[in-house]
Amino acid sequence: MTIQKNNPFPCDEETSTKAVAVHCKGITKAYGSGSETVNALNGINLEVRTGELTMLVGPSGCGKTTLISIMAGILDQDEGDCVLFGKNFKSMSDLEKTRYRGEQVGFVFQSFNLIPTLTAAENVAVPLLIRRIDRKTAVQKAGETLKNVGLGDRLNALPAQLSGGQQQRVAIARSLVHEPRLIVCDEPTSALDHETGFRIMELLQYAALCADRALVIVTHDPRIFDFADRIAKMDDGRIVDVSDSPQDMGK
Amino acid sequence: MRFVAIKMLVGDRAKYLGIVMGLAFASFLITEQLAIFTGLMTRTFGFITDTAIADIWVMDPKVQFVDDIKPMQDMQLYRTRGVDGVEWAVPLYKGLLKAKLENGNYQTVIVIGLDDATLIGSPPVMLKGQAADLRRSEAVIVDTVGAAGKLSKPSPVPGQKRIPLAIGDTLEINDNRASVAGICKVSRTFQSQPVIYTTYSRATTFAPKERKLLSFVLVKAKPGEDVKALASRIKAVTGLAAYTRDEFKELTIRYYMKYTGIPINFGMAVLLGFIVGTAIAGQTFYSFTLENLRHFGTLKAMGTTNKTLLGMIVLQALMVGSIGYGLGVGAATAFGKLVKDTELAFRLPWQLLVITAVAISLICVFAALLSIRKVMKLEPAIVFKT
Repeated sequence: MTIQKNNPFPCDEETSTKAVAVHCKGITKAYGSGSETVNALNGINLEVRTGELTMLVGPSGCGKTTLISIMAGILDQDEGDCVLFGKNFKSMSDLEKTRYRGEQVGFVFQSFNLIPTLTAAENVAVPLLIRRIDRKTAVQKAGETLKNVGLGDRLNALPAQLSGGQQQRVAIARSLVHEPRLIVCDEPTSALDHETGFRIMELLQYAALCADRALVIVTHDPRIFDFADRIAKMDDGRIVDVSDSPQDMGK
Repeated sequence: MRFVAIKMLVGDRAKYLGIVMGLAFASFLITEQLAIFTGLMTRTFGFITDTAIADIWVMDPKVQFVDDIKPMQDMQLYRTRGVDGVEWAVPLYKGLLKAKLENGNYQTVIVIGLDDATLIGSPPVMLKGQAADLRRSEAVIVDTVGAAGKLSKPSPVPGQKRIPLAIGDTLEINDNRASVAGICKVSRTFQSQPVIYTTYSRATTFAPKERKLLSFVLVKAKPGEDVKALASRIKAVTGLAAYTRDEFKELTIRYYMKYTGIPINFGMAVLLGFIVGTAIAGQTFYSFTLENLRHFGTLKAMGTTNKTLLGMIVLQALMVGSIGYGLGVGAATAFGKLVKDTELAFRLPWQLLVITAVAISLICVFAALLSIRKVMKLEPAIVFKT
């Protein structure tokens, strides 16, 4: 399986602006109430830049997933501000947030979250259908995107007919098809074997770095740390370290 | 997103078929039970329908329905004829008598006695012979179902099919000889007894001796006369009850609705269909939504608005509702065709289809509401939970 050289997400890394994609300041989030309150995030400050692959790492329950949920606008923080490409989620209504998410954010999930009754091409077309692009055009564009992730021959396959790696490729194509500016990935390799996970990371890095967009990956898999441009280490709801040298973090 | 909604629904074959079959079953049960109920109710006033020539039925004020005979004196006929606006008024006898068959058995029959001169109220359809044949001595006309059924003769060869009563055969009614002069077709009666038509004078001869024998007076209004106003006038002048054809049908239905357990029994069956349909379809549809909650969450996270998700669920509910309704109503119609010539009462007017459509819509709305509530409240962050 090869990724086509014809880059579907053209951008010049040299000219990439490395602008701030996400700016989180003083984010707190607690679950439960009273004596059962769990503080998931305790004053998070973090910047994610375009053209970079940022990893959020740390032990289970440290707040990684809560943080990307807030960054992606699918969860509201209790305090603090989270600004995505200059827009503060706090100032948006639910409807505005939903629409903004549909335009600006792509998602890749640990368990792929493909709709089992749709073919690969139809699954990839969903973000375009959400944006009211007609079905024929959407499926056509989805087909092109799938070719670019090496699945040009599996357009009509149902998710159940694909391997785990192939399903994650479909999910990546789905996250890219509408050309969002932020892609959030939750443990994208944890359901895959090492070799497949490595290839998936290559694909993600290629997509993120060749497009003027930011990529945030939540993981606790040290084998993929090398793919990161920056790693934010979290513990107990706080960012304890941000490193531009993933190799050091890996150690 | 309509496309995604439909594929999500039909892709899960087992659930999709479960929901459709649940709705089809409910639709069939509701339509079929209502159609049988309507058929039965129609039978209660079948005789009024067959006697369509009369505009007004005059009777004792205590009569509650068409089979509730409270005889009047013959002079009530003349009093009715004297009311202004009456074109004609004729006597009608209706009674349950015992007929002795050729093999010695007795069978209860409905005897209808028509005005000797005009034979007004004669059978709506003559299959053999003519109504005028009633003028022959001892003549009676027998309905075809009764002739082929309860009045039929045993075959001379044991084990062979019974022989239908035919023209020329004889019966004995209250020690009076009656000779079959014709075979007619009438609306099925509620009691399912054979119907025998004869003249008024002969019917009163058949009937046990009583001072009063006149069952009804059939009245025709003069052209241009307001039938309801005439009925009120007859009532005022004679002190009898006078109903238009439709009023008499309504009176009869009201009696059966109020004093018999029929509506309750059928109502229970219809309710059962509704509840079973709601339980099966509602529960399966809800479980379908629950199973797809992660996908709805994914769609929500990817930017699908609540309004679009609502539209998707409504579309899914509408789709299964329409298919289930179509299958159920189709099956009920086929059932109706199958039982057309049997004892089973079945009548399917378009109004019943509307009632079933409303019932199925309610089931779908109920099923969809449960799912909509769940999806609307869904936190999109669910997508990151494994």
